[in-house]
Amino acid sequence: MPARIGVVTFPGTLDDQQALRAAAAVGAEPVKLWHRDKDLHQVDAVVLPGGFSYGDYLRAGAIARFSPVMDTIIDAARGGLPVLGICNGFQVLCEAHLLEGAMIRNGDLHFINRDVTLRIENTRTAWTSDYEPGAEAVIPIKNVDGRFVADERTLDALEAEGRVLARYVSDDNQHGVGNNQHSVGNPNGSLRDIAGICNAAGNVVGLMPHPEYAIDDLTGPYPGPGTDGLPFFTSILKSLVSA
Amino acid sequence: MSAPNPAVAKAVNVDTVAKAQENPDVKQPYLELGMTEDEYLRVREILGRRPSSSELAMYSVMWSEHCSYKSSKVHLRQFGEKAPKTAALLVGPGENAGVVDVGEGLAVTFKIESHNHPSYVEPHQGAATGVGGIVRDILTMGARPIGVMDPLRFGPADAPDTARVLPGVVSGIGGYGNCLGVPNIGGEIVFDPCYLGNPLVNALCVGVMRADEIKLAKAPGPGNQVILFGARTGGDGIGGASVLASATFDEDGPAKRPSVQVGDPFMEKVLIECCLEIFAADLVVGIQDLGAAGLTCSTTELAAAGTGGMDVRLDRAPLRDSTLTPEEVLMSESQERMMAVVEPAKVEDFLAVCEKWDVTATVLGEVTDSGRLRMWWHGELIVDVPPRTLAHEGPVYNRPYQRPEWQDALEADAPTPERLKRPADADELRETLLRLVGSPNLADKTWAVEQYDHRVQGNTVLGHGEDSGMVRLDAALPGTSLGVALATDGNGRFAKLDPYHGAQLALAEAYRNVAATGARPLAVTDCLNFGSPEDPDVMWQFAEACRGLADACLELGTPVTGGNVSFYNQTGDVNIHPTPVVGVLGVIDDVDRRIRSAFEREGEILLLLGDTRDEFGGSEWAHEVHGHLGGRPPRVDLPREKVLAEVLIAGSRDGMLSAAHDLSDGGLAQTVVESCLRGGHGARLVLPETDADGQPLDPFVALFSESAGRAVVAVPRSEELRFTDMCVARGLPVARVGVVDGAALEVQGQFTVELEELRAVHTAPFRKLFGHTVVDA
Repeated sequence: MPARIGVVTFPGTLDDQQALRAAAAVGAEPVKLWHRDKDLHQVDAVVLPGGFSYGDYLRAGAIARFSPVMDTIIDAARGGLPVLGICNGFQVLCEAHLLEGAMIRNGDLHFINRDVTLRIENTRTAWTSDYEPGAEAVIPIKNVDGRFVADERTLDALEAEGRVLARYVSDDNQHGVGNNQHSVGNPNGSLRDIAGICNAAGNVVGLMPHPEYAIDDLTGPYPGPGTDGLPFFTSILKSLVSA
Repeated sequence: MSAPNPAVAKAVNVDTVAKAQENPDVKQPYLELGMTEDEYLRVREILGRRPSSSELAMYSVMWSEHCSYKSSKVHLRQFGEKAPKTAALLVGPGENAGVVDVGEGLAVTFKIESHNHPSYVEPHQGAATGVGGIVRDILTMGARPIGVMDPLRFGPADAPDTARVLPGVVSGIGGYGNCLGVPNIGGEIVFDPCYLGNPLVNALCVGVMRADEIKLAKAPGPGNQVILFGARTGGDGIGGASVLASATFDEDGPAKRPSVQVGDPFMEKVLIECCLEIFAADLVVGIQDLGAAGLTCSTTELAAAGTGGMDVRLDRAPLRDSTLTPEEVLMSESQERMMAVVEPAKVEDFLAVCEKWDVTATVLGEVTDSGRLRMWWHGELIVDVPPRTLAHEGPVYNRPYQRPEWQDALEADAPTPERLKRPADADELRETLLRLVGSPNLADKTWAVEQYDHRVQGNTVLGHGEDSGMVRLDAALPGTSLGVALATDGNGRFAKLDPYHGAQLALAEAYRNVAATGARPLAVTDCLNFGSPEDPDVMWQFAEACRGLADACLELGTPVTGGNVSFYNQTGDVNIHPTPVVGVLGVIDDVDRRIRSAFEREGEILLLLGDTRDEFGGSEWAHEVHGHLGGRPPRVDLPREKVLAEVLIAGSRDGMLSAAHDLSDGGLAQTVVESCLRGGHGARLVLPETDADGQPLDPFVALFSESAGRAVVAVPRSEELRFTDMCVARGLPVARVGVVDGAALEVQGQFTVELEELRAVHTAPFRKLFGHTVVDA
């Protein structure tokens, strides 16, 4: 039986279909989860997709965190269930205190839809094991509240514990605002160029860029490669099979 | 003692049908509502009494220019009369949007609309609700919205007011569209002084559905329930259609901000999913969105197209503001509202879907066969009218028009070498190229378009920067390779010089852009942006543009399926250039075959297709370098456009082409620069030495002329012969003009520019002009 990857739909979720498509693309069984339903329907892993859950009223992810399905997911994640929060999903994980830090408005205050280059810093998690250590991946970003912030102590701890999952790195084609704090490839002013982090156990991962939109050359980043996001999904599949 | 409840006070004071009969001579504010005396008298004649104040409000909005097309109708008829016969057209003009059959059992619906006036008053909300409105039009047809595009026109890029309007419009489009989850796949940004006091914000949406699932705006079947669902009705946008869209901006006029609607994209996103679930379960017999003229328009249009009658308990409408009067409820243009007609047996299921999505839904009334639209407010009859007189039998004006006196002088002022100094040597040619590549109209628009989500839904095959946007139709048929391509174009300068041919050039360019990506052009939508119809000069421009477009649609075999007219685009005495924006929809059987504009591989051969002439009337060069507008626009040759399109489509289908990019603003130079920069490869260009008639071709003309019917393609060496043979066989002129090579653009015998310099010049203007502005919702 193939591994079952659940994708949650909140009102205002936008990227659920694409996350389901990515799960199917690697051979997993995609399972739709509904925000009002506490039942996770025996899924082996969960993706919290991007969008504007509940309109992002109050703060991005702040209301979604209190939805019935999240009650179950928070408990299950603490028990080891692999959870990937992408974009708005990352914001939900922060609001749920499964991950540290917070996302604030992008440095230039605009929505940014751009292909960015990431360096995968931690390839030991359930979601990144298929990347080579230090691998670079071209992944689209599309958000307005994408700037990762945390206090210095938290940032130091994330670094020390190897929990910085991915960083924005410079690329010839990018023209971000480089200064002494950020690389030129950092699109939004995230502290220490952090694009994604994980929890201590490595089962809960939050990522601002969207690997589910980099799964084929037809619709993925141009000029490519268009498939750099696939390893997030092949990684989880392998870790579930071997578990 | 507590203050009197204003809601109760107003309920007491409400004007009813009975009062209208009792007090026939009450003076009514029809002029303030934008009606003429003749129109008011006609309403009295129809009703056989004076209208109640609610009825007056309804007639005033439904008979406004924006809703009734009273000045344009006589000209728009041509789009039907001259429509080319095509089996692809499933729903033509008149519904919320046209629908075309694209094969594999799928139908595509698309339409373009204007939101010009609100976007000038309040750029962010105006543009945002423009997106929201057109998306609801597409949704109403039963389709999932799968793409939006925004053709925009602003005043000079460096004008202070453009720094207010442009960032607000861009943030509005992004802020609303991104939250909806509909990808933004293209559009235009054009600057011209004529738009300074009246920017154009047009919005196009495309949607897909199964061909047997088309929904129509009608209310058949007496006893069927009329349900209002979505957002509550508030005081925003009251009189938007009549007051804003149908009147000219006047510097001394009253502030019009209250007439601009305020949008909530989250509500619209939820409404989209809710509607699609309702459609899938087949729970409605008719549906209409609430756009211009709000509840007035939706009830009258549904009733007029159905069994003919409807009874409505207006006071049941959920309100955001309990003090709203019935007139205000009828005129409110609050966003994110829909009206459905539901069989009694299905009401429960309908309401359950709404409840699932937390969407407020209220049964307002029911369909009747009385032939009357009747409305009650707290038990009192306030409206009793024949709905067709509102929806379909409004006034029709054959406005006077005449060729403007200044048209001959404008045409005579041709951009000859004697009139406008041309670059004299290689250095000046190089300088001209850099000047144009870095001009606001031709510069890279990434700063703006990367504020739009073009990836969401995961079906965007081509986006901004390509000749047309392209989406796979996977949303309606999982796994399909079928796709649609869309391009919009409209050169106001060409239309000013010659509205008939200017409109044809707009169509020809969009048609060419669609074909350049490998898609077969199928159908047209148009947004006709003009000045005041009460000005005979403007009316002539409008009449000529309609005639030109209808003739060209017939010739190219692409019917107009719907669209929008926007009049009164003027401030004070200044009319905008006539700006017919034309959107062309094309179909591609296999999206894997799509053609990009980028030069991707070293050593490939560059071919120029079509004829080049000395044509600079209305050109970007004349505009940017000399601030000149005069002469004739480029010659239109529609049979040539057809052949060019056939060659491009065949080249894509048979795998002969690596890249294709149409020639338009800025000519060959701009086209090659864009393709080089997108692909990250340079080119060696060898300019053709003779023109179509065998006459010597000046390098300046070769580089910058804007002759229509042309494209540049890149082909692998192995395909060159096969491709050129095909061109020759079809009678399409083809000339080898260079090769993809290196990291610079070299125009042989003339000059060289490094790609790095080109990129710097091309990408600088938008960041420099707008990069510092900070706008938030």
